[in-house]
Amino acid sequence: MDKLTRRISRVIIAMMLIWVPLNWLGQDGTIRNESSLFCTRAQAAPAWLPWFNEEAAPLEFNELYSGASALGLEFSPKLESLKGKKVRISGFMAPPLKPTLNFFVLTKVPMAICPFCSTDADWPDDIVLIKLSKAVAALPFDRPITVTGQLELGYQMDEETGFVSLVRIVADNIEEAN
Amino acid sequence: MYNLKMSTLCLSQCFRLLAALLVVMSLMSGTTVSHAAYSAPEVPHINIMPIDRAKFLVGQKFDFAIEVKTDIPATAIEVLVNGKAAETFFGKQAIISLDKMSTYRINQVAFPQTGKVSVAVTVKTENGIEKRAVNYDIPADKVKKPAKNVILFVGDGMSLQARQMARILSKGITEGKYNDLLEMEKMSNLALITTSGNDSLVTDSANSASAYATGHKSAVNAMGVYADNTKDPFDDPKVENIIELVKRTRGMSTGIVSTANITDATPAAMLAHTRKRSEQNFIAQEMLNPQHRPDVILGGGSRHFLPKSVPGSKRSDERNIIEEFKEQGYSIATNKTQLKQAGTPDKLLGLFQLDNMDVYVDREVTKNPAVLGKFTDQPTLMDMTKTAINVLSKNQKGFFLMVEGASIDKQLHTMDWQRATYDTIEMDKAVGIAKEFAKKNGDTLIIVVADHAHGASITGTYHEKDGKTGREAVRIYADAGWPTFADADGDGFPDDPNPDVTLAVQFANHPDYYENEKFQDVPTSPAIMADGKAIANLKRAPQGGDLKVGNIPASDPSEVHSADDVPLTAEGPGADYFKGIMDNTEVFHGIVRALGLDGRKESK
Ligand SMILES: [Zn+2]
Repeated sequence: MDKLTRRISRVIIAMMLIWVPLNWLGQDGTIRNESSLFCTRAQAAPAWLPWFNEEAAPLEFNELYSGASALGLEFSPKLESLKGKKVRISGFMAPPLKPTLNFFVLTKVPMAICPFCSTDADWPDDIVLIKLSKAVAALPFDRPITVTGQLELGYQMDEETGFVSLVRIVADNIEEAN
Repeated sequence: MYNLKMSTLCLSQCFRLLAALLVVMSLMSGTTVSHAAYSAPEVPHINIMPIDRAKFLVGQKFDFAIEVKTDIPATAIEVLVNGKAAETFFGKQAIISLDKMSTYRINQVAFPQTGKVSVAVTVKTENGIEKRAVNYDIPADKVKKPAKNVILFVGDGMSLQARQMARILSKGITEGKYNDLLEMEKMSNLALITTSGNDSLVTDSANSASAYATGHKSAVNAMGVYADNTKDPFDDPKVENIIELVKRTRGMSTGIVSTANITDATPAAMLAHTRKRSEQNFIAQEMLNPQHRPDVILGGGSRHFLPKSVPGSKRSDERNIIEEFKEQGYSIATNKTQLKQAGTPDKLLGLFQLDNMDVYVDREVTKNPAVLGKFTDQPTLMDMTKTAINVLSKNQKGFFLMVEGASIDKQLHTMDWQRATYDTIEMDKAVGIAKEFAKKNGDTLIIVVADHAHGASITGTYHEKDGKTGREAVRIYADAGWPTFADADGDGFPDDPNPDVTLAVQFANHPDYYENEKFQDVPTSPAIMADGKAIANLKRAPQGGDLKVGNIPASDPSEVHSADDVPLTAEGPGADYFKGIMDNTEVFHGIVRALGLDGRKESK
């Protein structure tokens, strides 16, 4: 590799590094500087994801399953078609089992019970597990939040807690819903 | 003379003083007033299970267990039953382990004779001995005309006030006289039932249903066992329950019906033995155990019956309990249509929701799709009760059926008295179906009881017609007048759960929550958990509401059970047993007495 190529690549890298903080500006140009996960990007997904500018498909809790009977649930065609794609869904954050966990559960309605802490409680069927790159702090439990990220489908058990999930989102943005 | 007079006066004064003193002394010592003294409860070092004053059906099987705590290791535990060594009395070897926490246990024993039994336990250590004695009762009480069948209705959390709300909404009241009474109120016998378990003043549904099913007290979250000291939820000393007894001794048919998960506390306690009611996957598979496998199982909660690979399952293994029931010859129904088509097979498993079945208002009145989702074809409690009776009554040896109105409790926990009341009425209609059946042959005992109460009380009425809102719109005394519920179609359920003048129902205990006194479109939790603390749910009062500051620990986001006694009504052969104030374990003894059960008999 000659000197020139090296210099050009250095410039490109420098430009990329300058570009990253630009992402931290809101659409109105104000800097979002909250310390919590709120209104921050790139918790789980890399910072360059918005480069692809993939439009997040809106998803609602009542669209998760097309079939439900006493014999089980069926993923809806819409949910199946969004597998691996970027989606956006609003719901309520259930209190996590412990503050250090790198996931939380998003529910359709606020949870009266903490199924992780209460032995007699159980989770409702329509829940979405939200995966994070680091532990969450200071999220409201009584106001709706909107999560954007990549959709994962299928049975998965968390090794640490034994928590079983069917629908997951690898979050890259979480903000208060309006 | 004067002196004599003086001395007489003095004497009479002395007498009066003496008499007064005697009265005071006798009052203090309790010789003239008869009332038993009692001391504050303390945990004995020697824990004998079954507990002191336990009552047994003759021949009823149980595990006899003793736990002893000593400062230094125990060297011996000696147990005498009616003066005989326990091993000789029961004809079985005890398993004894000696340490600072010693145990003595003889499993699966029974009392072969009626009468009183005394148990004396002596524990020896190098420092000396400690003793404890308990007494048991094995009644000989026999009913003149036994019942062939027993139908036990449990209105979960159905307090006296819950019954009254149902009476007001279902029947209405004119000039202070009720237009009619509920089916469950038009029964020959009435008793008040105390609800405490052996561990605590306030019970939960497992503990209290266990008392009805076994005749023995238990602890919060436990069923069919006395709670021992170990962590293992499956090793606690067991007592034989009603389903096991009627199957073993009589070959009767048995059934459980509930609007909750069928593995929930009340139906589960009719058959299962565990310290932990949350072991619902275990309870589901226990329903297959021939010892206590019910012939009819109808309710919600299929999620505990489906293999874990099926979306919606809550099992942690690949067992398909529904398939296993099919292999045992059970007909399967998963909605109302299939339940109707099932007819009257010999054995029937019907599961109509993954979770608890929806409540009557959502299922049958508003039919709100946002609540029901795909579960639009669920049977009513009346449908399930009727089917269960039709199937079980084919057995000439008789049947035992337990029917639970489960969401009366679940909706009172969320302080949704309207939803609770519609479900109380639904159960009352199921009671009506049972009474109709009982009328034909007159050989069925029907019992309607709650397992515990909720602190919900009717203060008056509530309306905003004059512009007042909140507490000012709660109408008290003469201002209360009458609520404007109406039942134009005569189905027993009020047409509108939210009339312009509704009841003012107030709760004795509650978390922080918003109250707007109106019917909620969808079931909504009063409070939600945030960082381990219950906070008022903003969704609870979308049209505004008063914030009520909680009066129970912030660790609980719902209204909690109250320790109030609950009413029991009964009719049919053996119903005469139920009168006055009774311990909750007496419900079992009333049932086995009515059936004339003998635990020593074995059906072939
Ligand atoms: Zn309850």
